[in-house]
Amino acid sequence: MRENLHRFFRAARGAGVHVSPAESIDAMRAVAQVGLTDRAILRDALLLTLAKSQDEKLALGDCFDLFFSQPEPRQDQPEADDSDEASQDPDQSPSSSSASEAGEGQPPEGLGPLAQMLMSQDRNSIAAAIASASGAASLSDIRYSTQRGIFSSRILDAMGLQRLRDDLDELTSTNPALAERLRAALDALREAVRDTVSQGLALYAREEAENLRNEILRNAPLARIERRQVAEMRALIRQIARRLRERYSKPRKRQRRGHLDVRRTLRRNAAWGGVPFLTAWKRKHRDRPKIVAICDVSGSVAQVSDFFLLLIHSLHEVVDDVRSFAFSSHLIEVSEILEKKSPEEAMAEIMSKVGFGSSDYGSSLVDFEKDFMSALTPQTTVIVLGDARSNNLDPRADILRRVSERSKRLVWLNPEGRLAWGFGDSEMPRYATFCSVVRQCATAQQLERAVSDIVATYQ
Amino acid sequence: MAEQKASTSIEAVESGLAAQGYIASRQIATAVYLSQQIEKPILVEGPAGVGKTELAKAIAAWRGMKMIRLQCYEGLDEAKALYEWKYAKQLLYTQILKDKLGEVLGGAQTLHAALEQLHDFGDVFFSKEFVEPRPLLQALEQPGGCVLLIDEIDKSDAEFESLLLEILSDFQVTIPELGTVSAITPPTVILTSNSERDLGDALKRRCLHLHIGFPEQRLEERIVESRVPNISQTLRRQMVGFIHEIRSLDLKKLPSVSETIDWARVLVLLQAAELDTEIVKDTLNVLLKYEADIEAAHPQITTFIAKAARSNVFG
Repeated sequence: MRENLHRFFRAARGAGVHVSPAESIDAMRAVAQVGLTDRAILRDALLLTLAKSQDEKLALGDCFDLFFSQPEPRQDQPEADDSDEASQDPDQSPSSSSASEAGEGQPPEGLGPLAQMLMSQDRNSIAAAIASASGAASLSDIRYSTQRGIFSSRILDAMGLQRLRDDLDELTSTNPALAERLRAALDALREAVRDTVSQGLALYAREEAENLRNEILRNAPLARIERRQVAEMRALIRQIARRLRERYSKPRKRQRRGHLDVRRTLRRNAAWGGVPFLTAWKRKHRDRPKIVAICDVSGSVAQVSDFFLLLIHSLHEVVDDVRSFAFSSHLIEVSEILEKKSPEEAMAEIMSKVGFGSSDYGSSLVDFEKDFMSALTPQTTVIVLGDARSNNLDPRADILRRVSERSKRLVWLNPEGRLAWGFGDSEMPRYATFCSVVRQCATAQQLERAVSDIVATYQ
Repeated sequence: MAEQKASTSIEAVESGLAAQGYIASRQIATAVYLSQQIEKPILVEGPAGVGKTELAKAIAAWRGMKMIRLQCYEGLDEAKALYEWKYAKQLLYTQILKDKLGEVLGGAQTLHAALEQLHDFGDVFFSKEFVEPRPLLQALEQPGGCVLLIDEIDKSDAEFESLLLEILSDFQVTIPELGTVSAITPPTVILTSNSERDLGDALKRRCLHLHIGFPEQRLEERIVESRVPNISQTLRRQMVGFIHEIRSLDLKKLPSVSETIDWARVLVLLQAAELDTEIVKDTLNVLLKYEADIEAAHPQITTFIAKAARSNVFG
């Protein structure tokens, strides 16, 4: 039983639930209390002790169902368990497993144990044998879907496939009818093993595969992302937003530290004749970030702006106030659209209003100065996202200077690589003079770093 | 054998809580049972009004224990949660004992001897006498055990969480001047959270994590039955069905169990025999607390009533 629970913990980790040793001990104690007879109670107990959030509960619930849906007979057959544990010996090799089983007594017809098992249609013992063989083949180490074949054959070997083949060869000559039945049974066995392996993959390898995919996605250039990956990228951006929120939204007590507030201390201790028993401290005022985001939504930059806006607008807890503006040839405010609609709809609406034009940074900045300059306060961080390619029109860098003067910081995020800045119609060097920071921002990872830095300056 | 006992004990928890008017689902009963057996606090999460606080009250009433409640808020610190020195009393005593002090120290020949005597004396002022126990310390000092409810832990600061860790895992607190105070009987600890912020892993690790969501229809009917006994069965079914339909809407604040109970009371008070559009429209403000939500629900009322009535036929 303990072996099974340990395997379940490993599967839980595979499903992305963090199971620490202490938690597994708690789970063991809980299981010892409630026992194994009632599966619903067992499920509740494990969910209570292992999962620490609603998401984890869902993941773990699925994992539990998958894990225990596996070998139904194992539940009501304790001896199957024993054989399972026996096969966990470290020096377990395929040959020794089949040898030990073969040692249990040769059948009169001289068939191997696997062949006998298959012929007798004993489904319980077949399931148990598959389970023990997958233990011997350490199925829980499976990580990638490409390993399916190798694990299937390992399991079959561990079950004594070689012996079965010999039996088959022998039978084909002596008893063709029986051989035919055996062959059919073998096919069924192969299928069962394949299912077991797929399930093992789903159980143990989910997190690994996800990590790999996310890692690739994080470093993929946002602008050239494929359509089918957009949804995945959105999920990733949401993850990033959650991480940033967790890091920066904690109520911070640091503001309580400061100098002694003499006046308030004296007043508070008046009752004790001015002996300062209770101290009062001056509080440091700390403000939360106010962000004004100005995003280019023309052609190549649009996709990056999309993800950027999604990220900025999912940071409610961290950021006090976000106002977003989008432009290509002229500029409009899009905060409301982004607040009210789903990301997909919002982006479609923004694109229909200002998208698809050729970008004109000069006139867009004029628009901004005319209508929204009042949005800037000395606490505001202005983030401009764009490639600064103004199609050889007047860049109006003077407006950017005024924007920079009125705000706390001006950050420019450019999806293009540094090498391209200043070549062709790129006005980046002229704008860069007025920016506090200019950084490249082409992948999700760079996006996360950029936003994280911006928020961190307020900490 | 032990396993047999477990499922019957869980049922015992369920019926025990039910006797106090708290209809618990299986998960809740399992959590309460386990927290007793392996002496771990329960961290209850879920939307507002699903009976998180009520659970602690029900456990206390069921086991006949005292309930000590600590309401968390931003800025809560150990002086308000754990213990505080009674400064005024200390000061008063030093004033009263001033003369006595002269007598005691008068006997001393040297400054060193006086200091020595003063040392023995100083400890008097930092003794249990002068400690004002706050909820957490009170909970540890209950001889018969108690139910300690730490309400809305997510509203407190991250530092306060760390303060709780010692209590949650070992049922003890350390007061620098006095040493470690261990619980006489480990209290049953319930923490509640509305998930306003994510709690630290260290805290979560020490607790059983219980999520109470909106109950299933059957369960909610039983809850209404136990809380508002004089409501007719048809009306109960209809109203619970209606609320379940409402919860499928995209609202700012979904009506939870406490709203269901309030609404049931209102309907009984208005002597409604069954749900109709008029009465729902008039009493919708009991269920929904935002004007925008009421507006969103308004056009659906008739459909929902019809649906709720239809599900009755099959349910």
